[in-house]
Amino acid sequence: MDDKKTKNLIMRLFNVRKRYGGILALNDITLDIEQGEFILISGPSGAGKSTLLKILGLAEKASEGQILIDGMNLARISSSRLPFLRRRFGMVFQDFKLIPNRTVYENVALVLEAAGENRSYIRKKVMQVLRTTGMEKKQKALPPTLSGGEQQRVAVARAVVGNPSVILADEPTGSLDATSAQAILDFLMDYHKKGATVLIASHNLHLLETHVRGRNVEICDGTIKRTATML
Amino acid sequence: MNHFLKKALADICSNRVLNLITIITISLSILVVSVFLLFFENASRVIESWNQGGRAMIYFKKEFHPEMLPELKTKINALGGIDRITYISKTQALEDLKKKLSTGTAFLKTLKENPLPDALEIRMTSYHNFEDVKGLAQAIQAIDIVEAVEYGQGWLEQFLKIFNLFKMAGYSLCSLFFLIALFITANTVRMAFYSRKLEVEIMRLVGATETFIKAPFYLEGLVQGFLGGILGLTALSISYLTFSSGMTQHLAADVFVDIRFLSVKIIVLIVFGSTFLGWFGCYLSLKQILK
Ligand SMILES: Nc1ncnc2c1ncn2[C@@H]1O[C@H](COP(=O)(O)OP(=O)(O)OP(=O)(O)O)[C@@H](O)[C@H]1O
Ligand SMILES: [Mg+2]
Repeated sequence: MDDKKTKNLIMRLFNVRKRYGGILALNDITLDIEQGEFILISGPSGAGKSTLLKILGLAEKASEGQILIDGMNLARISSSRLPFLRRRFGMVFQDFKLIPNRTVYENVALVLEAAGENRSYIRKKVMQVLRTTGMEKKQKALPPTLSGGEQQRVAVARAVVGNPSVILADEPTGSLDATSAQAILDFLMDYHKKGATVLIASHNLHLLETHVRGRNVEICDGTIKRTATML
Repeated sequence: MNHFLKKALADICSNRVLNLITIITISLSILVVSVFLLFFENASRVIESWNQGGRAMIYFKKEFHPEMLPELKTKINALGGIDRITYISKTQALEDLKKKLSTGTAFLKTLKENPLPDALEIRMTSYHNFEDVKGLAQAIQAIDIVEAVEYGQGWLEQFLKIFNLFKMAGYSLCSLFFLIALFITANTVRMAFYSRKLEVEIMRLVGATETFIKAPFYLEGLVQGFLGGILGLTALSISYLTFSSGMTQHLAADVFVDIRFLSVKIIVLIVFGSTFLGWFGCYLSLKQILK
């Protein structure tokens, strides 16, 4: 316990449950996340990986339980402050959640516009991120005209463009071939090395285990089955 | 800001038909309202010029003596609605008449006695409501020494009756159109919102504040209201120009008053009002959707 207090816990979940109508997607999740950690959330399909990431990224509300962000109880934080908290998180959604009638550039720039950045900074930063994700040439394309892998890269670009301290990536390599998947993982690893906390949800374990140092949280039927340290 | 305006215009263009219908509805409402305003502005001027700004003459009986004046003045003032009272003695009235009839004064000199009565000229504060004017006149008439009260009874009564009828019709029609325009605008915003539901949801997820999310809708409402106002006024001025070029000469000759277009103040007010309408429609709609 003492040891935990010295650690920099950015998020703590206590007995969190999430219900979708009658379905219990998460059941009694208690989890601490440390600043700068790398966490792989694994588990079979329908286990609740996406649901957990969405709750961590403040994209969904928990039905029960307590969530602390930097020691503050989320339930006590006014809804007007939520947008500012969300900006700390960069989310890659499993279904990408790109705006279909806005170009790749506009989709990525939206994060910075919402944060009130100035136009020249937005231009510079968005182009830089698109370059590193290899989507520079497609900046004027609309998401529906892109392949699944390309949309995924745009989603990653959007997640990192605001320099969030936490990245939550849901199957970030799901639609990619081995080479592109590795490129995206390397990109996220680089981001992690700069000090960011990175959480990846995936059932594709062998891609990650080989060269990642961090924690593997395995969930099944909405509960944490096992937590293991990865080399 | 310029950037956001461009975006709002792009959004309006992307939903062309719906927004066009909205803008046309707003402009129609503005047209109706401004037609009535045009009518009222001119009619008010006509009435004022005919009625000389709510003037009435009180003529006294022969028994009148200037010493009664202070008491009479207080009595009349007590009736309310009186702006000013001026005493015109019969001597003065005769002098005025002599001045007016520059020729033929010789005939007046033959008069042994001044045949004109002593009189008070009063100016009323409000004279658009004929019932008030009539009531006041009757109250004055009831004073013993008063022989007659003259205030342009016949035609003025008729004219004001029609005028007030128009006013009522105008008010109700204007409010009706205002409500229709408001409803249509609110509905357009609602439809725009639902058609961009995904976009709004994503904006929230990437950390956009409610203000940031709402701003484009408000801007769109404002632009729609503004364009509707401008379009309505353009339609009005075009019809005004076509009508007036043929009509004013005839009408002006009869009425002695030229028909004027809306004053700049009213035009600015109309544009302001229709822009507000766009904003208000948006406000109502978003308030309902976002609770
Ligand atoms: N919006 C929703 N409405 C209703 N049920 C939902 C919703 N989202 C998730 N669920 C249910 O919650 C459970 C967990 O879903 P979740 O998407 O978290 O699984 P997952 O582990 O991400 O699976 P996958 O590996 O297939 O992505 C599932 O049974 C799913 O049907
Ligand atoms: Mg999932």
